[in-house]
Amino acid sequence: MSFKTYLIRRFLFMIPLLILISVVSFVIIQLPPGDFLTMYVLQLQSRGYKIAQEEVVRLRARYGLDRPLYLQYFIWIWNIIRYGDLGRSFAYDKPVGELIRERIMLSSFIAILSLLFSWGVGFFIGVYSATHQYSFGDYFFTFLGFIGMSLPGFFIALIVIFISLTYFNYNPMGLFSYEYLSVSWNIWKFLDMMKHIMVAVLALGIGGTASIIRIIRGCLLDELRKAYVITARAKGLSERKLLFKYPIRMAINPLLSTIGWLLPGIFSGEALASIVLNIPTTGPLFLEALMAQDMFLAGSFLLIISTLVIIGSLISDIILAWIDPRIRYG
Amino acid sequence: MEEMYEKVEISLEEKIYLASQWQLIWWKFKRHKLAIIALWILGILYFIAAFCEFLAPYTPETSFDEHIFIPPTPIHIIDDGKLTRPFVYGFNVRMNFETFLREVVPDPEKKYPIRFFYRGEPYKLWGLFESDIHLFGVEDGVIFLFGTDNLGRDIFSRILYGARISLTIGLVGIALSLILGLLLGGLAGYLGGTVDEVIMRGVDFLVSIPTIPLWMSLSAALPRNWPITKTYFAITIILSAVGWCGLARVTRGKFLSLKEEDFITAARLVGCSNLRIIFKHFLPSFLSYIIVSVTLSIPNMILGETALSFLGLGLQPPAISWGILLQQAQDLNVMTNHPWVLIPCLFVFITVLMFNFLGDGLRDAADPYSR
Repeated sequence: MSFKTYLIRRFLFMIPLLILISVVSFVIIQLPPGDFLTMYVLQLQSRGYKIAQEEVVRLRARYGLDRPLYLQYFIWIWNIIRYGDLGRSFAYDKPVGELIRERIMLSSFIAILSLLFSWGVGFFIGVYSATHQYSFGDYFFTFLGFIGMSLPGFFIALIVIFISLTYFNYNPMGLFSYEYLSVSWNIWKFLDMMKHIMVAVLALGIGGTASIIRIIRGCLLDELRKAYVITARAKGLSERKLLFKYPIRMAINPLLSTIGWLLPGIFSGEALASIVLNIPTTGPLFLEALMAQDMFLAGSFLLIISTLVIIGSLISDIILAWIDPRIRYG
Repeated sequence: MEEMYEKVEISLEEKIYLASQWQLIWWKFKRHKLAIIALWILGILYFIAAFCEFLAPYTPETSFDEHIFIPPTPIHIIDDGKLTRPFVYGFNVRMNFETFLREVVPDPEKKYPIRFFYRGEPYKLWGLFESDIHLFGVEDGVIFLFGTDNLGRDIFSRILYGARISLTIGLVGIALSLILGLLLGGLAGYLGGTVDEVIMRGVDFLVSIPTIPLWMSLSAALPRNWPITKTYFAITIILSAVGWCGLARVTRGKFLSLKEEDFITAARLVGCSNLRIIFKHFLPSFLSYIIVSVTLSIPNMILGETALSFLGLGLQPPAISWGILLQQAQDLNVMTNHPWVLIPCLFVFITVLMFNFLGDGLRDAADPYSR
């Protein structure tokens, strides 16, 4: 199979996944009783506004709420594909797309940073643990890894908030410190934002780091026991060259192949940690939407997050196939 | 002397040859010290969950109106430089006019010895047996090992009661996942072909949705006025809706590799029925792997319930779980001024850590090819 056919197959495989995910998101939108327009109208009335009957009819037709359920689904999808219209948030009285767009960038930014953090730290510790198997350092990092695995991101976020508030009198919550809130963009404001984001990255990255360490360590240990390593050592290759020439290259593969299942976890954790840290990403918005039963917002969030995860794992599969020919020929 | 030495050697070796698979696993497992410790600690935690009514000094709903946000009560065993039975001091609450915070000052005049098997508030063990004997308590005074919350309820007692929901939700959830996972994974592996393709694509699909947002949306749809037990089971179903995927993958993989083994072919040739092959030959060969993966999936469920309850989407008060107790920590002022509301975190963390240690030990023990 050539690289091209592999790519095409992989793309085609993505389509049923995306369709299924859109169905699940739609089901979630439909779960609470009543459609969102009745909620919307009720909400407006409770605020004392009057909504014209024609307006309701027009919106009803736009979102197809007068049609049977399966048609509603197709209309929803059609609106997304044709107009990029994900529906309307009645709580914010804004199109969902507009609300999510602002925040999805920040969510992805934090997710990517914590993935990089997990990789960077996990890779080095994993290689160290494998090359120093059963040493004190190995046991120490294995133990730390267990702790990292057992601490969910939002616990770490809670603990960081507690420590920095009590001991450093510094509030890590929100995206900016108070004094930068109304300042226009400059380098200090950016640094301040990064400081706030780093807490979330740390909270999210630690769990991922723990699993990366385990994978790299196991993979490298398997590789180091292989005959070609022994041969190379017997021929007098330096330990350094011996390690970096092949075994490390082999051990990098799982870094890429784990993206597929690390990403859902990171986005899950990101939502939680951002809620705790009050960072304006999609997480807090999603929770608010669920609490207010603002279902178009909630369903669209699930759709977009899952699509991002699928695209992420698609990219990782493509890179993996590109650097490791065995996968596309296998 | 030498003869005797040899004799012992042979019998030891014979013991290994004669031992069943489970005995071998157990011997190997016993060498894994962390896993053994983890097993003990988990045992204690589940014991606590079972007998929380007796172990807790107060009932979870008892609120001491005048004792709101009291810090943990220190226990003293030395009085006037002499060792005595454990006792606690009484305390006075007063306002510090420099910081404008309430301060709790121990009152050395008032000493309350801790009494064991103390007759305190009446309770019903498991809702069946009426009693009023608590493991410990103090007369006249109060004892709050982990402090009190915003309504003056004893956090220690509430944590013990919360263990009941937090620790069992993982077990019930995993039982559901296990049934689904074994059934669907087994079908996929045994039948192969289209069935395999459909089931495994379904697994791929479920795994690609971020779990917490999915759990959040599903549990947000649960009616808020449901009774606790109904919500409890709904939450376990939601948790296991995703939890079965990993188990299905393991089961399918094992079925696929076992299908080609000679002893399975032999069993088929002598005319064993499909059911007999599955229960007599398949199941025993991969049961250990299933146990390992079950142990490692329980923490996800416990953390899932904690996260949902923490966000207010899972079980609702008056239900008590560790996640619900943590809701208090959402308020920044409460958390910084009364850090003991974070103690439930510690219990969740220890439970999850112990399950991870246990799972790791079991994995090493169950793998015949490990060192």
